[in-house]
Amino acid sequence: MTSLLAVERLSKVFRGRGRRALCAVDDVSFALERGESLGLVGESGSGKSTLARLVVGLLRPTSGGVRVDGVDLASFGRAEWRSYRRRVQMVFQDPNSSLDPRQTVRAIVEEPLVIQRLGKPRERRSRVLELLDAVGLPSRALALFPHEFSGGQRQRIGIARALALAPELLVCDEPVSALDVSIRAQILNLFQDLRERFGLAYLFISHDLAAVRAVSTRVAVMVLGRLVESAPTAELFATPAHPYAQALLSAVPRPDPELERTRRRVILVGEAPDPAAPPGGCAFHPRCPARTAVPERRCERERPSLLALSPGRAVACHLYPPLPPPGQEPVEETR
Amino acid sequence: MKEALLSVRDLAVRFATPTGPVRAVDGVSFDLAEEETLALVGESGSGKSATCLALLRLLPAPAGRIERGQVLFRGRDLAALPERDLCRIRGREIAIVFQDPMTSLHPMLSIGRQLSEVAEVHLGLSRREARALAVRGLGEVGIPAPETRLANLPGELSGGQRQRVSIAMALLLRPKLLIADEPTTALDVTLQAEILELLTELRRRHGMAVVLVTHDLGLVAGTADRVLVLYAGRVVESAATDGLFRAPRHPYTLGLLESLPAVDGAPLQRLTPIPGEPPDLARLPGGCAFAPRCAFARERCTTAVPALEPLAGPPSERRSACFEVERLIRAESAP
Repeated sequence: MTSLLAVERLSKVFRGRGRRALCAVDDVSFALERGESLGLVGESGSGKSTLARLVVGLLRPTSGGVRVDGVDLASFGRAEWRSYRRRVQMVFQDPNSSLDPRQTVRAIVEEPLVIQRLGKPRERRSRVLELLDAVGLPSRALALFPHEFSGGQRQRIGIARALALAPELLVCDEPVSALDVSIRAQILNLFQDLRERFGLAYLFISHDLAAVRAVSTRVAVMVLGRLVESAPTAELFATPAHPYAQALLSAVPRPDPELERTRRRVILVGEAPDPAAPPGGCAFHPRCPARTAVPERRCERERPSLLALSPGRAVACHLYPPLPPPGQEPVEETR
Repeated sequence: MKEALLSVRDLAVRFATPTGPVRAVDGVSFDLAEEETLALVGESGSGKSATCLALLRLLPAPAGRIERGQVLFRGRDLAALPERDLCRIRGREIAIVFQDPMTSLHPMLSIGRQLSEVAEVHLGLSRREARALAVRGLGEVGIPAPETRLANLPGELSGGQRQRVSIAMALLLRPKLLIADEPTTALDVTLQAEILELLTELRRRHGMAVVLVTHDLGLVAGTADRVLVLYAGRVVESAATDGLFRAPRHPYTLGLLESLPAVDGAPLQRLTPIPGEPPDLARLPGGCAFAPRCAFARERCTTAVPALEPLAGPPSERRSACFEVERLIRAESAP
């Protein structure tokens, strides 16, 4: 069966006037299956949001492509785009800027149905009520405006709108980052519930590793536009392979004073390089604590490809020898 | 306990808002010893930032003002001091670092000029002496080749470096107290770890006291000696860091700790959020502000406000503002 979403050698280069070209997404490939939840992590400027915008078709790729059910977005005509909008929806970070303050909740959540000319007004109203219920908002919310809600409830409104057309894939760009800690857990649980209930697939972007862990079945790590590791969630958190993934995980402060006193942290040296002038070879090498372990300064000279490390797991790092071809040396299934 | 460097007594802050006055801070008291790190933890609207702005009388006038209370710094009440005297303390004896370094850095002045100016104004140094001090300050916060960066505008630096510069500026005159208001919230996780490490090291080296304002309990575990948990403008729990994490003694603290998604250990199927929404300060419920979300709440919690009091048992610094704290302790110790 073809993947719901297949991203193939996708690149996006931005060219500003008089500025150096910036390669925000650099030769990225991955697949997303139905019902799967892929968490995308990386520092700011790593290209996470650009990748999200390419996937939903808000940006056109410079090269490579995004295939949905095997069909490239680039080949879409008007009708195909229209139907794609029903299958893929987006949830944004800031509900304050992604909800129209002059529309009632009903108008906001109903709008996708109106645009797609789905249902009569009465049917649409009951659909909106159904959606509000699914995201945990009371029916009296219908006639209210976004400002009458707290941040967490506003994010629920944004999620209800994204669900209006019963999409297969939700692309969520930092959907809990603007929320308070006590509310964040509510919304993360909601994402879990909705996935189980509607069989949704997620592309879930966040710089918050704990949030990603709570909702993802698989995690991909980006550095300067490149995918450096992709693994099942439990494996990535238990044994991150790429040195950047290791540093990232070790940098997360733990709510445990005793652990914090004894825990060894990987502190990176130096600043993240300018994305407009990425270093040669491996983009992470100037900050990589492990680069001296690789002989012949290979990290500076040669860009590592994303290669299979074990079934379901891939890493782009010279530290790891490529997996032998199947049949030679059986690798234990870890999933 | 060492003599207090800072004693805050019954501080209350009021803000005028379009929908009427709001009491953002309501009767906050605490002591801070020399060289101690105290964390103020809370969510948006808890009053943590308003408290630290009030300490230096930096509340946005005329909307925000100190309604009552004392801020005793080395025996002098900063809340009542003439502005001229306060100016000698701000920056020199007490410095502040904000979440966004661009709030404290002028975008059109070179960082060298901005740092030197601090030394010229407060210490009356010559340009050359001030410049030397600026170079030393930048080196101390880990800016490589500081002499070459003096001419840079803040916009030419990365976010992490800008925060380093604002820390250098805050520490230039060796203050006795540093107020750090969400100093790493805007930074990537790996950078956050670096900046925290830097702050901890500088605090030790210079024997500074720190008031760390944050919404991130994880961050508190590794940095603070003592913690105040704020909710709706009041301190609901005050404890030594280890004790707070080991055995929270307020339902809100307990809820916060339980709602945090973890990056270690067995993956959780569901998170345990605090139900409900953060309170609207303009419409606070009578009684304990947390009662509507609290699993332990009983009748009197909705009618009277619990005071911050020591717990029964052996004397300790531990304080909790909860009528039902005994039930919480029993529930905690039950298997």
